[in-house]
Amino acid sequence: MIQQIDYYVIAPPLVLALVAALVLLLDAFLPARPGTRTALGLVTLAGVAISLAFVVAQALSGGPPRSTFCVPPNLAGPAGQGPAMCSFVADRFTLVFAGMVLVAAVVVVLMSMTQLADGGIPVGEWYFLLLCTLVGAITLPASRDLVMLVVALELVSLPVFALTAMKRYDGRASEAAVKLFVVSVVSTAIMLFGVSLLYGIAGAIYLSRLAAVFSGQIEAPGVDPALVQGLPAVVTVGVVLVVAGFAFKIAAVPFHSWAADVYQGASVPVAALLSVISKAAGFAGLILVLVVGLSGQAATWAPIIGIVAALTMTAGNLLAMRQRSAVRLLAWSSVAQSGYILAPLAITAASGAVGTSMAYLVIYAAMNLGAFAVVMLISRTVTRNELDDYRGLAFRSPAAGLALAFCLVCLAGLPPGLAGLFAKVFVFRELVVGGSGWLALIMAVNTVIGLYYYATWTARLFTPTPGTSRAPTSPIPSATGESLPPASPTPHRPPATTWLAIGLALVVAVLFSFAPQVVLDMTSLSAFG
Amino acid sequence: MMGGWLPITLLAVPLLGALLLLLAPHALRPILRTYGLVVSGIALAPAVLLVVTFDYGRAAAPQFEVDVPWIPGLGLRFHLGVDGISLPLVALTALLTFLCFVYLCWGRTRDSGPFMSDRPRALVFTLLVLEVGMIGTFLALDLLLFFVFFEIVLIPMYFLIGIWGGEGRRGAAVKFILYTLLGSVVMLLGLLIVWAQAGTLDIEALTAAHGSGMSRSVQILAFVAIGIGLAVKTPMWPLHTWLPDAHTEAPTVGSVLLAGVLLKMGTYGFARIAIPVLPEGAAAVAPWLGAFAVVGIVYGALACLAQRDLKRMIAYSSVGHMGFVLLGFATLTPVGTNGALFANVAHGLITGLLFFLAGAIKERHHTADMPSLGGGLLARVPRLGSVLTFAAIASLGLPGLAGFWGEMLALLGAFQPANGLPRGLFLTYMVIGGLGALLTAAYFLVMLSRVTHGRPHDTTPQPLPGTPAGTPRPDPIHATPDERPTAPAASSGRLPATITLDPSTGPPDPRQEDITRHELLAWTPLVVLTVLFGLWPGLLLSLTTPAVQVLLGAVS
Repeated sequence: MIQQIDYYVIAPPLVLALVAALVLLLDAFLPARPGTRTALGLVTLAGVAISLAFVVAQALSGGPPRSTFCVPPNLAGPAGQGPAMCSFVADRFTLVFAGMVLVAAVVVVLMSMTQLADGGIPVGEWYFLLLCTLVGAITLPASRDLVMLVVALELVSLPVFALTAMKRYDGRASEAAVKLFVVSVVSTAIMLFGVSLLYGIAGAIYLSRLAAVFSGQIEAPGVDPALVQGLPAVVTVGVVLVVAGFAFKIAAVPFHSWAADVYQGASVPVAALLSVISKAAGFAGLILVLVVGLSGQAATWAPIIGIVAALTMTAGNLLAMRQRSAVRLLAWSSVAQSGYILAPLAITAASGAVGTSMAYLVIYAAMNLGAFAVVMLISRTVTRNELDDYRGLAFRSPAAGLALAFCLVCLAGLPPGLAGLFAKVFVFRELVVGGSGWLALIMAVNTVIGLYYYATWTARLFTPTPGTSRAPTSPIPSATGESLPPASPTPHRPPATTWLAIGLALVVAVLFSFAPQVVLDMTSLSAFG
Repeated sequence: MMGGWLPITLLAVPLLGALLLLLAPHALRPILRTYGLVVSGIALAPAVLLVVTFDYGRAAAPQFEVDVPWIPGLGLRFHLGVDGISLPLVALTALLTFLCFVYLCWGRTRDSGPFMSDRPRALVFTLLVLEVGMIGTFLALDLLLFFVFFEIVLIPMYFLIGIWGGEGRRGAAVKFILYTLLGSVVMLLGLLIVWAQAGTLDIEALTAAHGSGMSRSVQILAFVAIGIGLAVKTPMWPLHTWLPDAHTEAPTVGSVLLAGVLLKMGTYGFARIAIPVLPEGAAAVAPWLGAFAVVGIVYGALACLAQRDLKRMIAYSSVGHMGFVLLGFATLTPVGTNGALFANVAHGLITGLLFFLAGAIKERHHTADMPSLGGGLLARVPRLGSVLTFAAIASLGLPGLAGFWGEMLALLGAFQPANGLPRGLFLTYMVIGGLGALLTAAYFLVMLSRVTHGRPHDTTPQPLPGTPAGTPRPDPIHATPDERPTAPAASSGRLPATITLDPSTGPPDPRQEDITRHELLAWTPLVVLTVLFGLWPGLLLSLTTPAVQVLLGAVS
C-alpha cells in the first residue's frame, strides 16, 4: 500500500537533512581556504533559518494540527477503533519545541563559527554533525510512536559524541566523548528495554494507542485477562525504565554525574548544545512518553518525577557551589535547572503542568545560551576559563560583563532578570496550586543555594583585578608578555559572530523579562492536539 | 480624581536616570555628582506633589491609581496607588534618597576613603535602581508586583555593600542577599497560597474581602509564610542576624537607606498584605508575633549595651525599634497599628540621621570603635556632638520628639489588645517592652557618655593613611599635650618625610572638623521632621488612622 506523505509537515527536519548533506559535499569540493569555513557556517545558518521559517509558517497558519505517517483507517485494527495513530504530528507542542531548538541552534552555529575560525577542527564534519543533531532534536517533539522517539533521540545523541571528540589532540575531550558515549548507550539500552516491555503489553507503539491501553480504555492485548486482573506489575517496571532512560539524557539525579566532565571536556559550543538543545530534546521525549503515552500511569511516575526533581535541583546546586571552572559551574547549574523544569511534571492534577515546564525551558534556553556565549568569548582569551578569569570583566569589556551579569541574575531568578524570576514564579505557582508544598519548599531552599554561586560569580565581574598578577591576555599588556599563555593561536581576533550570539540570546532574554506573556502565550495552549 | 501619572513618574524618573547613565556614560562623567542629585531631586518632586495633592479626606482609599494588565497569564497587573499608609513611606524614601545624594554630591572633597571617587557612575546607578525598587514596593497594589519590587532592591543593595563596603564586605553582602532571598522566596510561596485560594492578586480586592474564602488553617499557613519573609526583612528577633553585619559593613548611604527604607519594606508588608488579607491568620499568630517582638526589643537593647562599634550599636538598636513596630502590629488594634506605622516613619528619620552621623564620625576618625573615638566629641566638634546627642535622645524616645509616640502607642495598644487576643499575655509584653524602652535609654546614654562627653583625648592615635599622624594638630582646643609623645613614636618610622617637609601645609586633622555645609544640608530636613512629628504627631496619625481602620476592619 502507498502512504501519502505530507512534505510540508516534515519540511523543517527535511531541510536540515538536505543542508547537512550539502555541507558535507561543499566541504569535499570547495577549495580549502579560510573563506570556506565562513561560507560553510553561513550555509548552515541559512539552512537553520529556512527550517525555522517553515516552523513559523506552520505555527502561523493555524488550523488543526497536521500529521503524517499515519496508519490508514482500514489498517488501524478492528473497525478502526481508538484514536488516530500517526508517527509525525506538528501541533503546538512540536512547533514550540522546534522553534526554540532552531533559535538556539542559530546561537550555537554563531558560536561554532568563532570556535572553528582557529582551524584545527574539520569544518564540514562539524556542521554536518551539528545539523544531524538538529534534525533529531526537531523530529523528536513531533514523534508520536515509540520507535520514532528512540530513533530521534539517538539521532540527537550520536553526533554529539563525535562533536565532543572533535577537539582532537585534547585528552579531556576524548575522555568526555567516551564518557558521554558510554552513559548514553547504557541509557538507551535501559530505555529500549522499558520500551519493549511497554510494547509487549500494549501491543502498539503509537503513543495514542498506549494511552488508551494504559488508562484502561482498551484491553491490553499482551495480557491474559484470565490470569491478571487489570494491568500486570511489569508495566510499572517498564515505566520506571523508560523514565530512567530519559533521566540520563537530561542529566537528572541519579544519572547526573557525567555532566560536568563532559561539558568541560567538550568545546564551549558543544557544551551549550548539550545544555540547551540536547536537554530540550530529552524533555520533549520525557513529556511525550509520560503525559501523552502513559497518562494513565501517572500514579506510578508522578511521585518518581517529584523525588527526582527534588534530588536533581539539590544535587546540582550543591555541586555547583564548589566549582572554580566556569563551564563546570554552568554544567551543574544546568543540572539544577533541569530539576526546576522537571518539578511541574510531578503535578498530575493540574493541566498546565506541561505548559509550565515548557515555559521554564524556553526561558532557561535564552538565559543559559547568553551565559554560554559570554563564556565562549572569554574562553578565547584565557587558557583555563576559571571563575577568577572573570574578575573585573565589567571594566575590561563592559558589554560582555553586563551581558553575563544579566544572564546570571536571570538564572538566579532575581530582578532585573525578570525572565528567570517569572519562570520560577510559574513553577512555584504550579506546585502550590497542585498541592506539592514539599516540593515548593525544597525548590525555595534551592533557589537560595543557587543564588550563592550566581551572585559570587556576578560579584567577581565587578571586582577590579588585583594588580597585573593574573592579567587576562588583553592585547595591551605586551609589556608583561610573560603572563601571556602560550597556547592561544589567534588571541586577539574580535570574534564578531560570538558577539552576535550574545546579542541574540540577550535580546530574547530581555524580551522575556519585560513581556513574559509571550512565553505563556506560546506554551500555555500547547496541550496536545 | 487625578490620573496615575504621579506614581508612574516616581518610578520612571530614577529608572530613566539609571538607564541614561548606562547608555551615555561618557557624556555624563564630568557632571556625575550633580547628575545623581538632579535625578533624585526630580524624583523627589512628584513625591512632594503627591503629598500636596493627596486627598486627605479619603486617606483610607488608594489614590492616584494605575491599573494596567502586565502578564495576564499570571494574573499580574501593574497596579499602583497611594493611601494613608504608603504616602509617608513614599515621601520618606524619596527624601532619604535625595539626602543621600546631597551628602554624596558635595562630600568627599577630602581624600579619605575611596567612595564617591571609586566608580561614581556605578554608585549613582546602583542608588537610582535601589530607589525604583523601594518606591515601587510602597506603591504596588498587586501581590506579585509587590514581590517583584521587593526583590529589585536585593541586587543593588548587594553591590552597595559588596563593592563600597568596609573590611568584611564580601561576607556581609552574601549573608544579606542569601538571608533576604530565603525570606522572600518563602514569602512568595505564601503569596501564591493566597492567590491559589482567593483567586486574585489584587491587594485592594483581597483587603476588601477580609480573608473570606480562605479557611482558617490556610490563612495561618499563608500568614506564617508571608510573615517569615517580611520578618527577615524587618528584621524580627531570631531572623535578624544578617542586619548587624550588613549595617556595619555598608557605606554610609547604604546604611541610611537600609535602616531608613529597606527595613520599612518588611513592616509595610505586614500592614499592607499580611494583616488585612489574612485577618484570621493574623489573629492566630499575633501572640507569637508579639512574643518575638518583645524578645527583639530586649535582645536588641542588651546587644547594644555590649557593642563597641558605633555603627553596630545603631544596627542593633534597629532590631529593638523594629520590635516595637512589630509589637504594635501584633496588638491588631488601631492604636497599636497606628503606633507601629508612626514608629516606622520615625525610625526611618532618626536612624537615618544616626547612620549619617556614624558615617561622618567614621569618616573623620577612620574607626567607629567607641573606645578608640575617645570621647569629648561635644568639646572638640560641638555641632556634630550636639546633633549626635539630639539623634540619640530622639531615638531613645524622649517625649516631644518623633521616637516617643510610636513606642508609646505600641505599648498602649498592648495594654488593650484586640478582642480574642489574650490580654494577660499582652500586658506582660507591655511590661517587658517598657523595660526594653528603659534599656534603650540606658545604652544610648552610655554611648553618649562614651563618645560625646568626657575630656577629648586620643587613646590610640593610629597613623592614618594620607594624614601625617605626627604633625602637630593645628587646633587642639582641649588637646592634652601629655598624650602627644605616643604618636610620633608609633609612626616616626613610617612618615618621616611628610613631617619634615612642611608640617604647616598638611591637611587639617579631620578629627577636628565640625559639621560641614553639605552635611548640614543633608541632615537638617531629618532633624526638622523629627521635631515636627514629635511636637505634632497628629500630622501623621490623621493620615494613617482611616487607612488603619479599613485594614483592621475584620479583626477589631
